[in-house]
Amino acid sequence: MIAVVRSLVPGRASGEALVLEAPLSLWGGVDVSSGRIVDRTHPQLGAELRDKIVALPRGRGSSSSSSILAELLRTARGPAGLVLAEADSILVVGALVARYLYETNCPVVVGDFPGRSGEIWEIWDDRLMRNGGESDRGGR
Amino acid sequence: MRLTDEDKALLRGEKGPALRLAAELVVAVGEAEGAASLVDIVSAHVDGCLYHGPSGLDFVLELVAGGGQVAVPTTLNVGAIDLLHPDLYRGDRASAESARRLMDAYTDLNCTPTWTCAPYQLPERPGMGDQIAWGESNAIVFANSVLGARTNRYGDFLDICCALIGRAPLSGLHTDEGRGARLVFELAVPDRILDSDLLYPTLGHLLGERCGSEVPVIIGLDRRADEDRLKALGAAAASSGSVAMFHAVGVTPEAGTLADALGGERPSQRIVVGQEMLSEARRSLSTGNGPVGAVSVGTPHISPAGLADLAAMVTGKHTTIPFFVNTSRATLAVAEETGDAGAVRDFGATIVTDTCTYITPIIGEVQGAVMTDSAKWAFYAPVNLGVDVVFAALSDCVATAVTGKTVEEGW
Repeated sequence: MIAVVRSLVPGRASGEALVLEAPLSLWGGVDVSSGRIVDRTHPQLGAELRDKIVALPRGRGSSSSSSILAELLRTARGPAGLVLAEADSILVVGALVARYLYETNCPVVVGDFPGRSGEIWEIWDDRLMRNGGESDRGGR
Repeated sequence: MRLTDEDKALLRGEKGPALRLAAELVVAVGEAEGAASLVDIVSAHVDGCLYHGPSGLDFVLELVAGGGQVAVPTTLNVGAIDLLHPDLYRGDRASAESARRLMDAYTDLNCTPTWTCAPYQLPERPGMGDQIAWGESNAIVFANSVLGARTNRYGDFLDICCALIGRAPLSGLHTDEGRGARLVFELAVPDRILDSDLLYPTLGHLLGERCGSEVPVIIGLDRRADEDRLKALGAAAASSGSVAMFHAVGVTPEAGTLADALGGERPSQRIVVGQEMLSEARRSLSTGNGPVGAVSVGTPHISPAGLADLAAMVTGKHTTIPFFVNTSRATLAVAEETGDAGAVRDFGATIVTDTCTYITPIIGEVQGAVMTDSAKWAFYAPVNLGVDVVFAALSDCVATAVTGKTVEEGW
């Protein structure tokens, strides 16, 4: 089963899912030199974004987060892809700028999260799959 | 999204690679936000000139190489270096060099080197109903709320792209529907508190914490809420929250009545703001209560009127601790003429232009906390600079600097 989602930045990527339990501002919330969450109020303090499919419940805070996402992707410490509960133009801009400048690949989609942290998810343009395509949520 | 023939020509690269890249980003954001089309803008204010790392510099150099020139009058926000007083910078040489190259590259795109976070204090500023694309959270909230101009929150990369093509996605605060208030804040405090400068940033801080990115309306302010006080309120609300617009009934231009501010909708919440709630918000802005080792005022950049007030306050006095005043080069030029700049320097203060003391290493080692009259400075400096902050009125900042003992007004 495959969920059809809304693609904001097209591309194909798979990786271990990191489902964030609280909103996160990349600016001030993620250290660009380690790619880890450093926001002391965040329940997943210390978690690493590198090569994960990161699911964000909601964007938060600074518009400088575009720069932080681009910096993370430039230095290969960024996520493999992003699944957003709500469209967030700040993150779209960061992913597109990094793709243009450094040919990085970080697809961004909006949709329901198909499962939990630790599973393998795959984004392919407007499709989101869990565990090699066995998403039990099905299409929307 | 509906695109015009001109938009499509930009996307095909007919106006060069810089404008194609700019159009691609603006259209992608428009699609993400569900905008119906793009809209022409009359001005832009760009925040991307503050150095965060190589990607920001690589991006703007790409735009310069691609022949980019801004299509509308475009002002620039602060950089990391005070170009008029470069010796104030205490950081490492390599960062300073990158920061300066970034600032230069933006002027190569024909942006105006204003280097201020308060572009609304410049002689040319947008007016009621003007569509604009502005970056810098305090400038955004001032433009929407006090000037009645229309802008969403434009961040790094996107601000300059809108400036290059002279267009922005038609969504959110660019539309009538996006500007209605959803939360009502009813001020219930003794009348004398409306005379206190400290009320305004404190109220803003409280608004930001409770509104997130929603539009609030305030009932209970009057003409005493002048531009400098509304600026302090908005800057605070855009720091503790993502507030991009507020209304104040009888004060701001789209809030003649409460019904006007609500835009025909019912509010989702009504909150009564009493003295207790304000006192708590005010206390939460101070992280230290020990001795004060330095003072920083002028965040956002102090206005000509604010600098005149400060000059009158400090004439004949002398500070015993480092005292920093952040302002724009335009305001400094005015203050040199009036003598206000001289009075502030005679007091022993350092005037900083083109940048701000909370985002770049200027203050250096401090023996004790830093006192500020800015809720925005108080919100960011503890994390950015690793200092303790005491939030107090401007008059208390001066009294503390003169006596060397912490002075705080009570209400």
